[in-house]
Amino acid sequence: MTDTPILSVRNLTIDIPVGGGTLHAVRGIDFDLNRGETLCIVGESGSGKSLTSLALMGLLGKKISRRADRMEFDGIDLMKTSQRGMRKLRGLRMSMIFQEPMTSLNPAYTIGDQLAEALLLHKKVSREQARARAVELLEKVGITAAKSRLSQYPHQLSGGLRQRVMIAMALMCEPELIIADEPTTALDVTIQAQILRLLVDLQKELGMAMILITHDLGVVARVADKVAVMYAGELVETGPAADVFGAPAHPYTRGLLRCIPVPGKTERGAELGTIPGIVPSLVGEVSGCPFRTRCDHAVDACRQPIPLREQQAGRHSFRCVHPDGRAASPQEVPA
Amino acid sequence: MSDTPVLELRNVTKTYQVKQGMFATPKPLKAVNDVSLKIGRGEVLGLVGESGCGKSTLAKILLGLEQPTEGQVLVDGKEIGAQNRSELARRIQPIFQDPYSSLNPRKSIYDIISLPLRVHNVGDSASQEKAVREILDIVGLPARVMNTYPSQMSGGQRQRVAIARALIMKPEIVICDEPTSALDVSVQSQILNLLGELRREFGLTYLFISHNLAVVEHLANRVAVMYLGRIVEEASVEGLFDRRRHPYSDALLQSVLTPDPGMGVPDTHLGAAYPNPIDPPKGCHFHPRCAKAMPQCSQAAPLTVPTEDGRVECHLYGAQAPTA
Repeated sequence: MTDTPILSVRNLTIDIPVGGGTLHAVRGIDFDLNRGETLCIVGESGSGKSLTSLALMGLLGKKISRRADRMEFDGIDLMKTSQRGMRKLRGLRMSMIFQEPMTSLNPAYTIGDQLAEALLLHKKVSREQARARAVELLEKVGITAAKSRLSQYPHQLSGGLRQRVMIAMALMCEPELIIADEPTTALDVTIQAQILRLLVDLQKELGMAMILITHDLGVVARVADKVAVMYAGELVETGPAADVFGAPAHPYTRGLLRCIPVPGKTERGAELGTIPGIVPSLVGEVSGCPFRTRCDHAVDACRQPIPLREQQAGRHSFRCVHPDGRAASPQEVPA
Repeated sequence: MSDTPVLELRNVTKTYQVKQGMFATPKPLKAVNDVSLKIGRGEVLGLVGESGCGKSTLAKILLGLEQPTEGQVLVDGKEIGAQNRSELARRIQPIFQDPYSSLNPRKSIYDIISLPLRVHNVGDSASQEKAVREILDIVGLPARVMNTYPSQMSGGQRQRVAIARALIMKPEIVICDEPTSALDVSVQSQILNLLGELRREFGLTYLFISHNLAVVEHLANRVAVMYLGRIVEEASVEGLFDRRRHPYSDALLQSVLTPDPGMGVPDTHLGAAYPNPIDPPKGCHFHPRCAKAMPQCSQAAPLTVPTEDGRVECHLYGAQAPTA
């Protein structure tokens, strides 16, 4: 593995014009991703995790403004790449798996046509070669009778099979980076485990870098090398999975981990932890820590710009006014 | 717990006639196949299984929205068919999965919550308003939301409205169909805590349908595992989670991803896809996906074997077990 990351993002900011002003959906996030590594971005709905992935792929709507000090994919400045240039990258070197296998496949085309499309677009291959590659990948993602599936339409497949087709499609050109946005949320737990295993195995085999976006902490723990916890458009904590789960530093990360019942650990029927309050509005001026209105450790200084705290030589970092993420005497302070 | 279960299913079967193609003769699909269950007062029965196993059909039968093809549903020992539907609705209420589609967007929160009172002609408008205020307080919503509309609320608030609507008639049984799976993690825990509190406070009985086994373990005291319309294992929550018997229960429990970094993704060995319910596998319905399948599993359907705290349907247990 080389030292230069395949993906490097500094100060990515996404603004969306809305009726009453500007929605500051993503505000200055930084991360690096090395080849063969898995980064999980975890956060609740509205935290900006899907927008971040769309920004990387150049798929944001026209009205949405995207700024960054740096957004590089293998040395290519994605901020300066034209639409045409992005089209050459997408599907070939970086590809995406979406959440809803029901809606992201085209119902009017056969599985075979949709699989072959990316390859025919990017590489000089014949239809026969493209179809052979499609069969090869369908077998790789564990679909039986792969050849006969090519002439089937998406509605003839179950949800789990459709998600496998989506994965096969993303892998057609052997991309170096794969972005999976909630790839298993719509699926049963049993199928979820199978699909995740498949993704992890394929990623190792092909040496891809992967960004996995999810709200499920269980998925994050089992799959991630690195974790980025996102809240209200900011990365509040990033670090190796073992550190973020073993010693969560940010009050939000700790709160999230207290919210989920864990078989064998949480006492049955006991009160679960909660995070009181709601996510703040991101329309208009946003300053200070966005979590302060829901945080037990909030103090007056939380309204000021928040320093980035680094541990373990910068591998594990979080944004909090408290050096260890805790107030001396935790209490509810109205913001 | 009294001797008569508050809710009992006796050999309930629901068969749909499904046509595959315009001229094909309809084929029977047993969405619910000979299910017997008892829920005691104050109990929480967790019902788990993959999509398509018949969980939601079972919920519809209990709510009186579908009639069983065979078998009986008894509430307090009396058969449901004999009671009229509005009487049933007073006693059994649902909470659905998606609070975005289960609330009418054109009705105010007050209208939504008070509808059951108006349907059943309970009290005058002043007492109805008082009841709505009380129930809002109980589910943790401020009284001022009465005049707002669902679109102005977050997912968690909407689910609280759905709970308020379900509880305003003071039902005995609440059918919770995936009540938290559309919600964020931090909101999910609030709703689960609320459901737990309400059960203790009002002595409610829940049928809790979910595919999230961690949640089921947390809230339920009994668990029934459903596969292709049949209950393949039923046990106390300790019995199922600590000493599961059926290989399918085992696979489901293994699929639960606990937040333990470094453990990797488990291999459930559930190779083949979920079978087509119109044409279920012969013998034990689970045998094509079962890691412990034996020759007899594809021949004969397994018998129901009673266990110390429930029952299991598998060739590995009882008199049919292989003598090794």
